[in-house]
Amino acid sequence: MAEAASVAAESLAGSRARAARTALGQVVLPGEQLLLPEQEDAEGPGGAGERPLSLNAGARPRVRVVCGPGLRRCGDRLLVTKCGRLRHKEPGSGSGGGVYWVDSQQKRYVPVKGDHVIGIVTAKSGDIFKVDVGGSEPASLSYLSFEGATKRNRPNVQVGDLIYGQFVVANKDMEPEMVCIDSCGRANGMGVIGQDGLLFKVTLGLIRKLLAPDCEIIQEVGKLYPLEIVFGMNGRIWVKAKTIQQTLILANILEACEHMTSDQRKQIFSRLAES
Amino acid sequence: MKETPLSNCERRFLLRAIEEKKRLDGRQTYDYRNIRISFGTDYGCCIVELGKTRVLGQVSCELVSPKLNRATEGILFFNLELSQMAAPAFEPGRQSDLLVKLNRLLERCLRNSKCIDTESLCVVAGEKVWQIRVDLHLLNHDGNIIDAASIAAIVSLCHFRRPDVSVQGDEVTLYTPEERDPVPLSIHHMPICVSFAFFQQGTYLLVDPNEREERVMDGLLVIAMNKHREICTIQSSGGIMLLKDQVLRCSKIAGVKVAEITELILKALENDQKVRKEGGKFGFAESIANQRITAFKMEKAPIDTSDVEEKAEEIIAEAEPPSEVVSTPVLWTPGTAQIGEGVENSWGDLEDSEKEDDEGGGDEAIILDSIKMDTGVEVSDIGSQEMGFHHVGQTGLEFLTSDAPIILSDSEEEEMIILEPDKTPKKIRTQTTSAKQEKAPNKKPVKRRKKKRAAN
Repeated sequence: MAEAASVAAESLAGSRARAARTALGQVVLPGEQLLLPEQEDAEGPGGAGERPLSLNAGARPRVRVVCGPGLRRCGDRLLVTKCGRLRHKEPGSGSGGGVYWVDSQQKRYVPVKGDHVIGIVTAKSGDIFKVDVGGSEPASLSYLSFEGATKRNRPNVQVGDLIYGQFVVANKDMEPEMVCIDSCGRANGMGVIGQDGLLFKVTLGLIRKLLAPDCEIIQEVGKLYPLEIVFGMNGRIWVKAKTIQQTLILANILEACEHMTSDQRKQIFSRLAES
Repeated sequence: MKETPLSNCERRFLLRAIEEKKRLDGRQTYDYRNIRISFGTDYGCCIVELGKTRVLGQVSCELVSPKLNRATEGILFFNLELSQMAAPAFEPGRQSDLLVKLNRLLERCLRNSKCIDTESLCVVAGEKVWQIRVDLHLLNHDGNIIDAASIAAIVSLCHFRRPDVSVQGDEVTLYTPEERDPVPLSIHHMPICVSFAFFQQGTYLLVDPNEREERVMDGLLVIAMNKHREICTIQSSGGIMLLKDQVLRCSKIAGVKVAEITELILKALENDQKVRKEGGKFGFAESIANQRITAFKMEKAPIDTSDVEEKAEEIIAEAEPPSEVVSTPVLWTPGTAQIGEGVENSWGDLEDSEKEDDEGGGDEAIILDSIKMDTGVEVSDIGSQEMGFHHVGQTGLEFLTSDAPIILSDSEEEEMIILEPDKTPKKIRTQTTSAKQEKAPNKKPVKRRKKKRAAN
């Protein structure tokens, strides 16, 4: 069997790179290279040799593709850096190639541009705040990047406060940078989170599932108690209900529901609703 | 890496919850988290889990010369390590204040309480004594390291067996475990640490604080006690003033908790002993809970299986046959059978039976893979004679027998498939199962030829 396995492995390695479009939803492994849609024709059946000559052979139509978490650009291909399932999101408008990313299970957060996260202010230095987001280094947050903030009118942020913000700069070689306004200068829900409530950590996979548009858990939780809740893509959840008891129940349910089947979950929710 | 700071809102929430006598994980004020003790395959190796805090304990021994002023006493050595694996804030190779404090507390709890009979560790007075070394590694940090570490230390010491030694004149003989059973250490009592966290200048008290509670506490009181309610060590840190009544109350609580934990430890040790004696499965691998992420079951990921059959055939054709294979299943007692390792090579039997097959007019014994069920049915329709061919559909354990009295499964789906000698070779599908390949790979090319001959 060992020989058979090695033969299989060789044949897998020998095969040419998969096209990203055909691998959607499938498991990809680190080190694997994926072709983008516009390269498929060029390197597809027939190969480069049989391609008819055309005047603009060198200039391919340029498509903008965004590499999400778990993918990196490698020449003109996508290099997989995490183990998980390949996902794709069609672009909202225009003729872009959309976003590709790898869905994986982990706890350590890696900043990604555009992610909404919950951070804890660790230091105030000059005109920036240092914010801990659970990544390898703290993010920086300018005091001007709050709604209505000017040089005169500084936001009231203390060390230890919670910040809900968005990354504008996040790449592997630089300090990540956060803002609490959108492109129009509006807070849009971002800013300092209130002094009450409880912050806790869950896995990144759970957060993504909870933030999915049709998540059952959130709807069920919402029926239980009136609550305020903030999800950060960095695995942090801030929750506040009327009483401490209710807040604790909510936090424990959200933490536990990762390892429950939907039947078990429904049972617990119905039991809580009765009490 | 820096440790994650505690936000103001968490601090406020925790303190308010403690005022309301509530804890984050739903425990009561005096409750311990779940304690789980699991043992490794070696003696003296254990993992203690206190909620999410995990400590690995490993005891080792060595013959050394004793200290000059204590010529007849063995040496005990404790070492707790906080690795980065436990929490990113721990720096490797650095003696932090916390680490020094914990190590010192452990030594006071276990060595100074004289819970181990060091005199019994002496082999030759003044020359050779046993040095017992207890290594403790923190694998995950979720508060209350000292309690978990003290339990892990005493459990691994109780579990440990040292090699037996005999002294005849000047000659010291060390016996391997095979020659003589290793001997356990003599342990007088089991001191266990119990931590109490104080909040709001001692107004509120919690037993077994977790990591976040430890961060907001004002002071900590650690009492080491054995089940006879003898205090082995007591230490208060955090600079908090405690009243006499509070300390007395804590010692009473500690007595109750220590009794519970000691009982748990004894039960765990007894259980492990029993499993080992019975030859059951033990070790860390057996004790790991299988936790699945089930909340969000996803649609099945598609796997490309279009040319799997061709590829499998290709792999089988190219693969080198494994050298040592046992061909026939062995029936030990009715109802049990064995194929594979542990049985001597019995190639001769197979060849004999094949010869018989040849002599019997080129009848074939063909094994049909369960994948090829449809063709199998087709073949059986054609057949009319009964021949020695079994197709065990359910068990997946197929074997060659011409007149075999052995039946591996009492499956009801067992069916006899008969092949006519003058069938076209196309109908007789070649076997592609890899299980078959394992059983008689050397014979394959020969057999194929034979089959064709027989068919024509």
